[in-house]
Amino acid sequence: MAKRSAPAVNAGSMADIAFLLLIFFLVTTTMEKDSGITRKLPPMEESEEDVIIKQKNIFTVLINNKDQLLVEDEIMELKDLRAAAVEFLDNGGDGSCDYCNGIKDQSSSDNPDKAIISLKNLRETSYAQYISVQNELVGAYNELRNRRALQLGPSSGFRDMNFIEMQKKYKDVKWPGNKTKLKEVVDRIKLEYPQKLSEVQEQ
Amino acid sequence: MSKFKKKKGGDLPAVNTASLPDIVFMLLFFFMVATVMRENTLKIENKLPNADQVEKLEKKDLVMYIYAGKPSSNYKKMGTEARIQLNDDFASVDEIAAFIASERASKREELVPFLTTSLKVDKEANMGLVGDIKQELRKVNALKINYAAIPGDVSKNNQ
Repeated sequence: MAKRSAPAVNAGSMADIAFLLLIFFLVTTTMEKDSGITRKLPPMEESEEDVIIKQKNIFTVLINNKDQLLVEDEIMELKDLRAAAVEFLDNGGDGSCDYCNGIKDQSSSDNPDKAIISLKNLRETSYAQYISVQNELVGAYNELRNRRALQLGPSSGFRDMNFIEMQKKYKDVKWPGNKTKLKEVVDRIKLEYPQKLSEVQEQ
Repeated sequence: MSKFKKKKGGDLPAVNTASLPDIVFMLLFFFMVATVMRENTLKIENKLPNADQVEKLEKKDLVMYIYAGKPSSNYKKMGTEARIQLNDDFASVDEIAAFIASERASKREELVPFLTTSLKVDKEANMGLVGDIKQELRKVNALKINYAAIPGDVSKNNQ
């Protein structure tokens, strides 16, 4: 009697099974990665003594309940906010900031370390407008930091890299460059243009 | 006369579908790898605002999500005011402290300082609610926050 080979398994339904699984994963997939504006809230305990800050070192931004902006007591459009914030931060009024490109106006901020942006909003302010303003202010800081990164980078061997890229590279495990050196540059820039943004909500 | 005479017919030969499962499996694996299961069923409207200075949130397991927005059409009975959603249900502002505590308890102790709170707030909500959330977070010392936003131009926010 001839030896019979085992009958082949019918694989016709394999495709159906795979399709079923495929459709399941297609439906449950969310591709987008979470992104957003990262901020740090101030801790709860208030310091005992009031720090006296000169009025010229504060850049006040008020968003009212109709989402209008009042910047340094003048009405401003959202699109002009970033430039105004950059001008304020980069002013360098007391001359101690040798990397500032500002106009050194005596009635504006002394140096980037002293300059504080104060953001006030009302309860009725819309969240969309608040995020837009936050975005513009963070954008102003990033603009200055990027510019500084392009100045400082070449002397440390990081040519044509802005601040955002430096931070990205620092977090990237696959990046082959010198991380300790990069960290030094990043920290220095953060110290030269510190993000000092205080927030108040008026009732 | 041959016994095995070939049938002469105009039938087209069927397309070989033997490799179809392979193709489908390939797609399947791609989606399996790319899938992130939705953790919460949203009961609120959640249209995030746009911003162009966004940073990506890495380490998904170290993120706590707080949602806020108007109740969606199925939950009209909850009113039209923006509400907070924690996990799968509506919550009030004072439940945030308990939520943060339970999230912290579920993580390894050494990872707790790295936890970030992601605020996924509908762009039509107003700042009163967001301010209350922020105040609660300060009380429980959860200071790292992230305002979730979609990369895009801010001018789209006011439409």
